[in-house]
Amino acid sequence: MLALRSVSVRYGAIEALSQVDLEVNQGEIVTLIGANGAGKSTTIRAICGQVPTSSGSIHFEGREITRTPAHRLVHAGIAQSPEGRRIFANMTVRENLELGAFIHHGKHEQIRQDIDRVFQLFPRLSERVNQSAGTLSGGEQQMLAMGRSLMARPKLLLRDEPSLGLAPFLVQQIFQIIREINKEGVTILLVEQNAYQALRVAHRAYVLGTGSIVVSDTAERLLANEQVQAAYLGE
Amino acid sequence: MQQIAQQLIYGIQLGSLYALIALGYTMVYGVLRLINFAHGDVYMVGAFVGFYACTRWLPFKDLAVHPEAAGANIALAVVALLLAMAICSAMGVLIERFAYRPLRNGLQKADAHFWGLVLGFPITGLFMPVFNGWGPLVAVVVGVGVGFAMRPLVAWLARRVKLSESRLNALITAIGVSLLLENGGLLVFGANPNFIPNILPERTYMLPGGVMVGSSQLTILGVSLVLMLSLRYIVMYTRPGKAMRAISHDIEAAKLMGIDTDRVIAFTFALGGSLAGAGGAMVAALTHVKITPLFGLLPGLKAFVAAVLGGAGSLPGAMVGGLLMGSAESFVAGSSLSMFRDAIAFCVLIIILLVRPAGLMGRHVPEKV
Ligand SMILES: Nc1ncnc2c1ncn2[C@@H]1O[C@H](COP(=O)(O)OP(=O)(O)O)[C@@H](O)[C@H]1O
Ligand SMILES: [Mg+2]
Repeated sequence: MLALRSVSVRYGAIEALSQVDLEVNQGEIVTLIGANGAGKSTTIRAICGQVPTSSGSIHFEGREITRTPAHRLVHAGIAQSPEGRRIFANMTVRENLELGAFIHHGKHEQIRQDIDRVFQLFPRLSERVNQSAGTLSGGEQQMLAMGRSLMARPKLLLRDEPSLGLAPFLVQQIFQIIREINKEGVTILLVEQNAYQALRVAHRAYVLGTGSIVVSDTAERLLANEQVQAAYLGE
Repeated sequence: MQQIAQQLIYGIQLGSLYALIALGYTMVYGVLRLINFAHGDVYMVGAFVGFYACTRWLPFKDLAVHPEAAGANIALAVVALLLAMAICSAMGVLIERFAYRPLRNGLQKADAHFWGLVLGFPITGLFMPVFNGWGPLVAVVVGVGVGFAMRPLVAWLARRVKLSESRLNALITAIGVSLLLENGGLLVFGANPNFIPNILPERTYMLPGGVMVGSSQLTILGVSLVLMLSLRYIVMYTRPGKAMRAISHDIEAAKLMGIDTDRVIAFTFALGGSLAGAGGAMVAALTHVKITPLFGLLPGLKAFVAAVLGGAGSLPGAMVGGLLMGSAESFVAGSSLSMFRDAIAFCVLIIILLVRPAGLMGRHVPEKV
């Protein structure tokens, strides 16, 4: 479904990604793990055309999307929920969700249903529909970011560090919901520093070490892999 | 007391015009973090459109000769207003498309064509004595030809200069566009001041306390109010308006919602341009002020100060800022310090930058980490 072929990205003189190959198949949860600064977010941003690639190519459903701008990719079926939530703090929860469905304008019934669905997943948001999103707690904002990215009805969801800064029980809940969304047919590329949790929900995983893929395997085998345990799972 | 009320009414008239212009500054600042210094010149173009519409393009009748034509003239004035708004919004879009967008997305082929043409005409103009005998059509054809020939030069320059998103480049570009419009205006409209004769019925109403209000003042206030309320509706409740607000909060996140940010930015310039155009046309048609191609300069600067005073990026701030600036100017003009009426804007700017740089209604957004 999504394929990166030897993609490199430079920020000026620094090469943040070098020759990254990565594949995500329909229906999978794939996770990209790695230490802080390894280039995980850069990978996501390159897929969405937010940073230019210096070489290599990116394909989605058989079409090359290497230079397609981010807003067109949303129409093609790729939604990204970026690092740091990035909700529209100056707008209400409802307006944030409606903006998530920006490409579906006019389909009022669908948008209404999808908002109900988001409220089912995150009941705490429904109590705060008309509240300004900036007044939500960190966890609630993370839920809103998640809900907002579902409103586009993506085929592929790119999720950058959904568990960042959340209380442990919220982390559990977020991963549970990722699994649920995936069961409903959304393919997911999940970026995480919380490698242990990510490997438990994912089918396959890539480990990124300063700009290049170090290992890739099924999540199960990586969880058992001693090197990976030592380097990324702590303890 | 009556004196003060009278000054206040003049201040509100002036202030609603400043507010109309300030809204354009603040909206563009909101979406692009750019001070569009060419905005005051868009207002000037609005005034000239108003002038030509009232004196040449539309069949207005001189009320001194045909007093019965008042009704027809009012209808025509509405047409003139809409015309100025349409032309100025198109100008806003053009400025965005050819001056600011290349700074964001790089200079495309179409941009190079455009700038080649812009350069081509003045260059042809230098050789005007040669063409004088041949008539204007030949001069235009040669101008276009020279323009297309300039294209590779423009493209080469753009590659050399390396356009980038730097704030300084944007600022220099904005000032450049402003100079281009002012000098282009001198070329097209000439340097002589123009003014419009009485074409609308002028009545004066006496308010309790002996304060006088003219119908033109009421018109300016009423039209400004309607436009500002429409703007508020567009920004709060329509799809492009919501997209504008999303962009002004976080343009990258807005792209991830599938928003075509370039289109929404163009829409923002169109809105701002139409408000400035309406302001310019009203000034030209209703206040008998003399209009010249440099006439947008001072109101533009004062409206910019109004936008900063209200809080850059805040729409209610621009309205309040405009009214405050208008009133302040009116009171200074009516006092013994009247020669400082234009200086008050700069005093306000300095004070606000020292005391409260985020403005009265601006939220102070900390730098993103
Ligand atoms: N806009 C940028 N300009 C310059 N360097 C950057 C930029 N963004 C990220 N980097 C650098 O690229 C590397 C990878 O960053 P990033 O993809 O954010 O890592 P991760 O998401 O894995 O923590 C880091 O060394 C970071 O400093
Ligand atoms: Mg990151």
